[in-house]
Amino acid sequence: MNLLIMIIFLLISALILGSALAVVMVKNLIHSALWLIATFFGVGALYLLMEAEFIAVVQVLVYVGAISILILFAIMLTRHVTGENERQLYQRWWVALLVAAGLFGLLLVPTLRNYTWQTLVPQEGGSSGIASAQELGRAFMSEYLLPFELASVLLLVALIGAIVIAFEERSRRRRVLTLAEEVALRQKQREQAEAQAQTVESAPSATPES
Amino acid sequence: MVDSVPLPWVLIVAAGLFCIGLFGALSRRNLVGILLGVELMLNSVNINLVAFWRYLEPNLVAGQVFALFVITVAAAEAAVGLAMIIAIYRTRLTVNADEIDTLKG
Repeated sequence: MNLLIMIIFLLISALILGSALAVVMVKNLIHSALWLIATFFGVGALYLLMEAEFIAVVQVLVYVGAISILILFAIMLTRHVTGENERQLYQRWWVALLVAAGLFGLLLVPTLRNYTWQTLVPQEGGSSGIASAQELGRAFMSEYLLPFELASVLLLVALIGAIVIAFEERSRRRRVLTLAEEVALRQKQREQAEAQAQTVESAPSATPES
Repeated sequence: MVDSVPLPWVLIVAAGLFCIGLFGALSRRNLVGILLGVELMLNSVNINLVAFWRYLEPNLVAGQVFALFVITVAAAEAAVGLAMIIAIYRTRLTVNADEIDTLKG
């Protein structure tokens, strides 16, 4: 039984870390958002393994159901950056890699040092000793009432803020280009750039002759 | 879970996820890509919170409450962040973090 749980844990960890790596490595942004959904599912499975059922359900509802859809919408609305031919990484990405790897190494030291955590193993039989969703709801309505209300205010502010920031007056609305128009526009830009490059090339060759 | 998987293993998975997210947030040029990295980091923090709750004090609810608040804040952050990205795209026609340098003196 223990071995089975350990194998399941290792599989879930591999899923989480593998798909997270795919999120940051994949070039196409839509693919990386889809990998992000896989990561969210893996984290939800880990919550289930840790017997936090309510958090697992909330994870699937909020992250998989809402946030990933929001991200996909944002990617679609900012369409012409999703191309694969464009450079996706910051030019000094190895500095970021160094910082992340260094932080990981730094985090490993205190984690792997032999510190004995006082783990509470729940007693066999009877009440399992694990806080249930019922207790969680009760705690939200009594002990954590003020933070709970504050969270609702935060959500309201975020809702209004998002609408205000993203709202566009109808009179200022820019017409969205169709794909054909955009291709034509890019063709024109490329021709202009080529013409400019030609004039730049011809200019230095002309100066030494004169 | 508690008697079969030691707590440091879970912490290492969370640390790995955090560092991958940090790398994504630092190295991507696309604003949406940066936000994806931040989401990964928030998820790893949540794993830590739930793991500490489960292993150290499963009879209290504080750990789960914290995790839920983190999820709430993450949802608000994602909504406002994506709205800002769309607003920036509308005015500047780019979501490339290198090209948005109006605040640069």
